[in-house]
Amino acid sequence: MSENASTLAGAAQAPEKKARLRIDTQWIVIGLCVAVTVYVAVVPLGFLLWQSFFTPRTASKAAEFTFDNYGTAYGSAETLHLLWSSLKFAIGAALFSFVLGTGLAWMNERTNTPFKSLFFALSIIPLVVPGILFTVAWILLASPKIGVINLMLMGVLGLEKAPFDIYTLGGMIWVDGLHYSPMAFLLMTAAFRAMDPSLEESATMSGANLFQVFWRVTLKLTWPAIFATILILFVRAIESFEVPALLGLPVGIQVFTSSIYQAVHRYPSQIGLASAYGVTLLLICTLGIYLVSRLSSRGSKYATMTGKGFRPRQIDLGPWRWVAAAVFIVYFLFIVAAPFAILLWSSLQKFYSVPSLQALQNLTLDPYRFILSYPNILRSVWNSVLLAFTCATVIMLVTSVICWLVVKTKLPGRWLLDNLASLPMVFPGLVLGLSIMIFYLYVDVGVYGTLWILFIAYVTRFLPYGMRYNTASMLQIHKELEESAAMSGASWWTTFYRIVLPLLKPGLVAGWIYIMIVSIRELSSSILLYSPGSELVSIVIWELWENGQYVELSALGVLFILMLFVLVMLAQYVGRKFGIKD
Amino acid sequence: MLKVAGLHTEYTNELKQAVRAARDVSFEVPEGEFFTLLGPSGCGKTTTLRSIAGLERPRAGEIGVDDAVYFSSQKNIFVQPNRRGFGMVFQSYAIWPHMNVFGNTAFPLQVGKRRYSRDEIDQKVTRVLKAVQLDQFRDREATKLSGGQQQRLALARALVMEPKLLLLDEPLSNLDAKLRDAMRFELKRLQRELRITTVYVTHDQSEALALSHKIAVMNEGRIQQIGTPREIYDRPINKFVADFVGTTNFIEGTVDAKGAGENAYVVQTEIGPIQSIAVDELRVGDRVVLSIRLEDLELSEHKPERVNVLRGTVHQKVFLGDNLEFQVKIGERVLQARVHPSLRTPVGEPIWAWVQPEKSVVVRADR
Repeated sequence: MSENASTLAGAAQAPEKKARLRIDTQWIVIGLCVAVTVYVAVVPLGFLLWQSFFTPRTASKAAEFTFDNYGTAYGSAETLHLLWSSLKFAIGAALFSFVLGTGLAWMNERTNTPFKSLFFALSIIPLVVPGILFTVAWILLASPKIGVINLMLMGVLGLEKAPFDIYTLGGMIWVDGLHYSPMAFLLMTAAFRAMDPSLEESATMSGANLFQVFWRVTLKLTWPAIFATILILFVRAIESFEVPALLGLPVGIQVFTSSIYQAVHRYPSQIGLASAYGVTLLLICTLGIYLVSRLSSRGSKYATMTGKGFRPRQIDLGPWRWVAAAVFIVYFLFIVAAPFAILLWSSLQKFYSVPSLQALQNLTLDPYRFILSYPNILRSVWNSVLLAFTCATVIMLVTSVICWLVVKTKLPGRWLLDNLASLPMVFPGLVLGLSIMIFYLYVDVGVYGTLWILFIAYVTRFLPYGMRYNTASMLQIHKELEESAAMSGASWWTTFYRIVLPLLKPGLVAGWIYIMIVSIRELSSSILLYSPGSELVSIVIWELWENGQYVELSALGVLFILMLFVLVMLAQYVGRKFGIKD
Repeated sequence: MLKVAGLHTEYTNELKQAVRAARDVSFEVPEGEFFTLLGPSGCGKTTTLRSIAGLERPRAGEIGVDDAVYFSSQKNIFVQPNRRGFGMVFQSYAIWPHMNVFGNTAFPLQVGKRRYSRDEIDQKVTRVLKAVQLDQFRDREATKLSGGQQQRLALARALVMEPKLLLLDEPLSNLDAKLRDAMRFELKRLQRELRITTVYVTHDQSEALALSHKIAVMNEGRIQQIGTPREIYDRPINKFVADFVGTTNFIEGTVDAKGAGENAYVVQTEIGPIQSIAVDELRVGDRVVLSIRLEDLELSEHKPERVNVLRGTVHQKVFLGDNLEFQVKIGERVLQARVHPSLRTPVGEPIWAWVQPEKSVVVRADR
């Protein structure tokens, strides 16, 4: 150990006694960070696996070892059906958002479509809107009974039946795919940008037309990125909770996430069965994430040397560019304008009614009054903000130390640390919530039923994001900057605090903001972990939905979206101030 | 053959400002010649090349090859780059990593308007790969090639469709020094053998001098001078060209009298009168700048029987292996000279410097 310590301390070869003291602080900090990482990454996984082999514990009977959970889970034809519908939903949503996102990314990066720079700025907004609100908005837009789009089309075209039904597999794919298409858009934009434009230009100079260039060069070269993007979208869709819960459960379309939720909320709750489902879901996600990481390491084969980054040529679409602009506008309408408008409308009604001239006269601010006087509302806002703030801070600081160990040292086993910190990525939110719930139910250390359990869940869940942001900027800090600090006589802690952390600042701030945003809208882990006293804003929205209080939900939703929006604007301002691009 | 007239280009930078890249660029390249656009980065040379390729649409001007017009702002003609049939080699080579050597080379034949049979493609590819000496690598993955081989593959791909015009965008700049020298010869041999009209862009003056029939030196979007390598080197028209191509001493002065011979003048400078030569007609009393190349300032320990002899002392010297660079202090002025390493005059000793009148060139002071 002390041997490692002296290598870590770098060139600090001060007198024996002094060096000893320095190494101590260093090891306290490093040890603490490593311990936190290992603890949060390993505990839930282990417990989930263990628990899936036991019967439910009741007052009269202790838990027993059993294979029955897997028997129940895999023995019935119902599970096969569950797997099948989960896959259909996830693949459908992934492909839909991929095609949409890629098309838009290509138009945005490579053509002269008007207003595209504006579009790029707007494309981030949908990612800020929580899934539950987006889903509710689309229920109000396209449910067969009250959906505005349906009623409008029936009125205009004189149809007998509603043309769209959101409560179908197709509807679920539409809402989920639409909501996550900006993610595909951003990932593919990055892929197109990473490509040397002269690869496409040389194909053009060889005489290839627009389609030939796109098909034979652009797509083929971005293939690793394409496959990785589809996998990420797939993993994301299969762990999606809000859409299956709100759209699937009422009509009996079950996927893994909604089945886990139901198994827990049945009486007596079947935690073993939920765990068995959870393990399956975990395996699917693990496979997906593993393939993604394999792809990105193999992708280096395609990382060609690039010349000076010349401005990529923009393809002149001619009159078609107005069609492209129209596509952008319709997309924006579907993904931002219409959902927000319907929530706003609904939030101004006493009882929900479809937009009409008559209903326009009944506008009221009552729902807002209701929300502001809703019991626990202030506490839940405070809880949400407090959680987001503390867990973003803790994650960024802990991962900065972990990243330093992984990137800057030759510590044996550092790859393991890297993988452990990234491990929670494979956990679907609901499964993570489940395993943390089980663990702290059995190991009573007094966190169950408090904010602490949510804090632990969030730190676990978002740890990989912190790793990603910190690794990227850590790689850019040259080793010699630290070495010269050591040569100037600085201890490890001083070097880390005065040199490394300030240089990491752009990545730290960006990651911190990102984690703030995703924690504030988190629902699928929290839903199994909250209890009276530790409600969050997203949980209050969920409760309002369960109670059928749509107008009040809309009012809270509108306020929530506005708050998140302000946060993003603030983030961009701060980001610009620290000189971060995008 | 290639004719570029009155080319103006503009692009918007990240700050949404319009930047003028090429301004009133005009030149002609006769059939079979090697023409080089030479200049520092940001001088508009690459933009000019990309405008010829059609990858960029200029604001104004005309680009034509023989009788065909590819771009004309007046007649509102713009031929798409994939319909121009020019071969181009990019600075990064732009070798497609998902195809092998054969696939890369055959691509232009597969996608073009004209259809080729499998045998024809095979024949043409084999021939061009042989020409660039890559025939034994035809099934190798393109990314497994070395830098120099990728370079030759890019060249083969540009040549396979037998283009009317070959466009080269700094093709040697990514190679290491030794390989660059070898490829320079290779490129020259190929161009001279195939007699293909070539436009070459570079910021490296020695490449330009070694390869070209004609060079256009560009700065700040404008062509400063067009001429053969010798003309550019020996008779630079202005201070910029003299400074950018080769290294030189600048000495300011005023025209004192007409000298012996055409365009010969005596120029009074801070280090004394120097008999010089000018490209343009000058009048007595004009303020001018003299350019004397380092290798044209000759040194000797004994006073030579020549004109333009200056007396100075050795200020500093640097040994560079194949030559020796001297700094000679003449009055208050320090001039640089490049001489044979056999001259061993110690620092501080007196030395004589002289320059032939036809090597002291009057250049325009404005850039």
